[in-house]
Amino acid sequence: MEPIIALENVSFSYKINETSSVSVLKDVSFSIFPGEYVAIIGHNGSGKSTLSKHLNGLLTPGSGDVWVHGHNTKDDTRKLDIRKAVGMVFQHPDNQIVATIVEEDVAFGLENIGVSREEMKQRIDEALEVVKMSEFRKRPPHHLSGGQKQRVAIAGVLAMQPDCIVFDESTSMLDTFGRNEVLQVMRKMNGMGMTIITVTHRMSEAAEADRIIVVEDGKIVMDGNPQEIFKHKEILMELQLDVPAVSQMAEMVHNQIPIFSNELIQEEELINEVKRVSNARSGEVV
Amino acid sequence: MPEKPIIEIENLFHTYMKRTPMEHKALMGTSMVVNEGECIAIIGHTGSGKSTLIQHFNGLIRPDSGKVIIDGVDLSKKRIDIKALRRKVGLVFQNPEDQIFEKLIGDDIAYGPFKLGLPLKEVRERVKWAMDMVGLNFEEMKDRQTFALSGGQKRKVALAGILALKPKILVLDEPTAGLDPRSRNELLDKIKFLNKMENLTVIFVSHNMEEVAYLADRVYVMANGTDVLSGTPEDIFTDKDKLQRYQIGTPETVQVLYRLNDLGYNVNTSAFAVSEAANEIIKVLNDGEGENHG
Repeated sequence: MEPIIALENVSFSYKINETSSVSVLKDVSFSIFPGEYVAIIGHNGSGKSTLSKHLNGLLTPGSGDVWVHGHNTKDDTRKLDIRKAVGMVFQHPDNQIVATIVEEDVAFGLENIGVSREEMKQRIDEALEVVKMSEFRKRPPHHLSGGQKQRVAIAGVLAMQPDCIVFDESTSMLDTFGRNEVLQVMRKMNGMGMTIITVTHRMSEAAEADRIIVVEDGKIVMDGNPQEIFKHKEILMELQLDVPAVSQMAEMVHNQIPIFSNELIQEEELINEVKRVSNARSGEVV
Repeated sequence: MPEKPIIEIENLFHTYMKRTPMEHKALMGTSMVVNEGECIAIIGHTGSGKSTLIQHFNGLIRPDSGKVIIDGVDLSKKRIDIKALRRKVGLVFQNPEDQIFEKLIGDDIAYGPFKLGLPLKEVRERVKWAMDMVGLNFEEMKDRQTFALSGGQKRKVALAGILALKPKILVLDEPTAGLDPRSRNELLDKIKFLNKMENLTVIFVSHNMEEVAYLADRVYVMANGTDVLSGTPEDIFTDKDKLQRYQIGTPETVQVLYRLNDLGYNVNTSAFAVSEAANEIIKVLNDGEGENHG
């Protein structure tokens, strides 16, 4: 399968003053394939936000290349195709809302690419439907909750019909309810075949993905499925990261009750394991 | 230690853009008492009035009606010493980048103490202390440019700038949003240290229920411009009906315990800490076995 995004030996540095610069990405290579749900984790300053901004050409590599659908992000003539293919949702809901009415906000991107009136209406309807914000379409966005605003921002990206959406810490300003709303939307879109890349500090959120990429000091240090990644608690702790609360609980229960699995990462799995072990234990003595 | 109120809010109202078509009632009769040395969490949805409330604490917003008394100073009075108030109450906003304006990190943190007219040596010491408190290495970071910082680092710089003023009351709006797990834990421990050891009164707004459970002595829940619920984290997180009614989230651990409870497992849902929650699971699994033996 052709990758949707491919990074080849990407390096990037920020100039900090006249004479010196800080190297943020160091020879990073990996590919993202259509339909994947990928979480990127790493501590503050590890380079993950810089990395995510390379995925649709907001930043271009100092050396090396980023390819989106085979187009080089350094090729300015392809910029529009690249931005259409890979959409981005950022951290602060307030900073990405531009219009005074929800549906106009969703329409903003479409107006800029010259979509016909008819199609625009249809795309807005669909996008608001996916994020479950249809009933708010005539409302001003500034009285919405954080989660609702973030869903409006997602609808705006979705209406552009990208193949991939990058969420750069998009749930970090949201409360539990807002976060769950956004996570549900992400899961739903992935179910519809869209490629999802999420940059997050919440390990329970990373556990939702099919694949986790761990960034440290501008390099990829781990890349695998969440079950594998979260087995390495010591390494993650060294990298200033953690494992989900669910995994920690499972580990502690496992230490007392060995038949209880210590390889759980999601709430659902933990609940099911309690049921399983509880039944097995009552079964033992019947 | 006798409880001495340091913040008293009584029946406070605030309306934005009064007598215009945009009029918006942000606070509608909220009350709250914070005692000296307490750590208080304020939780509630966007638009519940949290931010409007905390801006009253250092006089950024003056009361429309109702009472705001900060460390004995009645803010509804016309003439108050606003400078003294701002020195006493340090406020760290949600978007750290909005509060950083100097080119170099060290200069940014030094700005406040410098403006207080402190001797340079003391300014330097305070900057060093404040950077240490938030986990920024003084020697390594003081001459770095602020624009090239990551979001989490900016947050630390903004907080250090406030700490360097040595306030008596620290008010934080979402202190750990955007921080990685270790930075978050370190910052929470530092806040706890300042609160418990240095007797700094701390009030923080948060949507992260883990940190509310970990830090707060008491919690106020805001909804529709008023305080609808208050109590210890135990009181709040064990009141399932109210959690539902006000759509308050719970720590992940409590979420698991509630679900097990619903399935008929007899677990104590007030076990927030990961180890306590794990013990609840161990208990029911072992008990189940015991019952069947009996």
